[in-house]
Amino acid sequence: MSRSPIAILVPLAFLAGLYFAVFSSVAQFLPALLNGLTVTVSVAVPSILLAYAISLLAGLGRLSSIAPLRWVSVVYIEVFRGVSLLVVLFWLYFVLPEFGLTLSAYTAALLGVSLNAGAYGAEIVRGAVRAEPKGQYEACVTLNMPPLRKYARIILPQALVIAIPAMTNMTIELLKGTALVSAVTLVDLTAAGVRQNQLTYRTVEIFSVLALIYFCLAQIVRFSGARLEHVFNRHLGER
Amino acid sequence: MDWRWDFTFETVLPRILPGLWVTVEVTFLSFALSLVLGLFLMIARRSTIRPLSVAAGEFIEFMRGMPLVVVIFFLFFLLPEIGIFLAPFWTGVLAMGIYNAAPVAEILRGGLQAVPKGQWEAAHVLNYSTYRTWRQVILPQAVKPVVPGLGNLLILAFKETPLLSFVAVPEMLDAARRIASETYRFTEPLTVVGILFLILSLFSAVLIRLVERHLLTETRHGK
Repeated sequence: MSRSPIAILVPLAFLAGLYFAVFSSVAQFLPALLNGLTVTVSVAVPSILLAYAISLLAGLGRLSSIAPLRWVSVVYIEVFRGVSLLVVLFWLYFVLPEFGLTLSAYTAALLGVSLNAGAYGAEIVRGAVRAEPKGQYEACVTLNMPPLRKYARIILPQALVIAIPAMTNMTIELLKGTALVSAVTLVDLTAAGVRQNQLTYRTVEIFSVLALIYFCLAQIVRFSGARLEHVFNRHLGER
Repeated sequence: MDWRWDFTFETVLPRILPGLWVTVEVTFLSFALSLVLGLFLMIARRSTIRPLSVAAGEFIEFMRGMPLVVVIFFLFFLLPEIGIFLAPFWTGVLAMGIYNAAPVAEILRGGLQAVPKGQWEAAHVLNYSTYRTWRQVILPQAVKPVVPGLGNLLILAFKETPLLSFVAVPEMLDAARRIASETYRFTEPLTVVGILFLILSLFSAVLIRLVERHLLTETRHGK
């Protein structure tokens, strides 16, 4: 499951090697792809943070004892898990202006990607919180702990560690989701690749580099997830 | 905002419903392909020939980190270059079939691992043939834990079909985009597509839960 840093370093080194190689065809399209990569990263990083916040809110909202809060969370989760991301992106960008809310392409991409991933994340958070042993809740009652401190100090820190592997997978899905933002006119890594392909017809080279870059990004996410889990487990001690 | 009902029912729905049929077709055809490819991948992964199992494992890992659009575009551009001319529909089926083979292989592997080792040993002791071991002992037990996973994957595949509109497969989203570009009205077509997706995936989620429950009670009676 968890991979050594070599798994990241080798493809990265290979990429660097490709770049510096006197490979005229690669030098021809790689700058454009790297421009696309910056767009992908600038969409992905804020989306990841936003998606985590949404997952936490919606996941806890679904477990809340306040009924309206629960209903809102359930509707949000079911809607965004039921409709595919591409349709959501189109809807945010082309239909929302009809309701008087015009989003820039970047905002629409950010919102679409993070709302979609957040719905999946909410279910992960819910599962992790539910997996907490009952004794933990009872101990909090015994110690007369207020609800806020109960969640902030006892339940969430333990539940979030359980959630890390599933959240890592969700993050990789989000990363793959950013490949669709060309639907709202952003030129991300995939769109740049397609555009370069139409200019240069170097299909195999372009798509190999594309796949390699996505693979590296996914490996970085996987590696940080494994690191994070390790650090948290050590911090929380043996359980 | 002005929502026009006559436009919705007279123009949008009649043109989107054929797209719905294409969506369903692509989903099931590509999923059938995924099942076959996934089975082979799983067998390769479990193989005792080390290079084969390593290659299968790396392929699965690689596919899981790659966006589906990249696979679709790659096949869409590559196939004609190497002299294979397919309709976008079949390119789409092929791309989604290959893409989903990796998760199918992982789910099948999980199902086989859930069968206790003692079952293999018992079949061996009773001198069952290989065919009979698989058919009567292993597969009936391996199928049950696999159903929910495959069902969820099928729903995921269904929700991935709009990506094929990038290469002009005439499915729902493509139909909606065509209507929008002809009439400059985005609201109705895109909303109708969203609602159809929502209804169908909720409906199929319920269906899969029913199948799951049916399988559970069936085995309980069997014991």
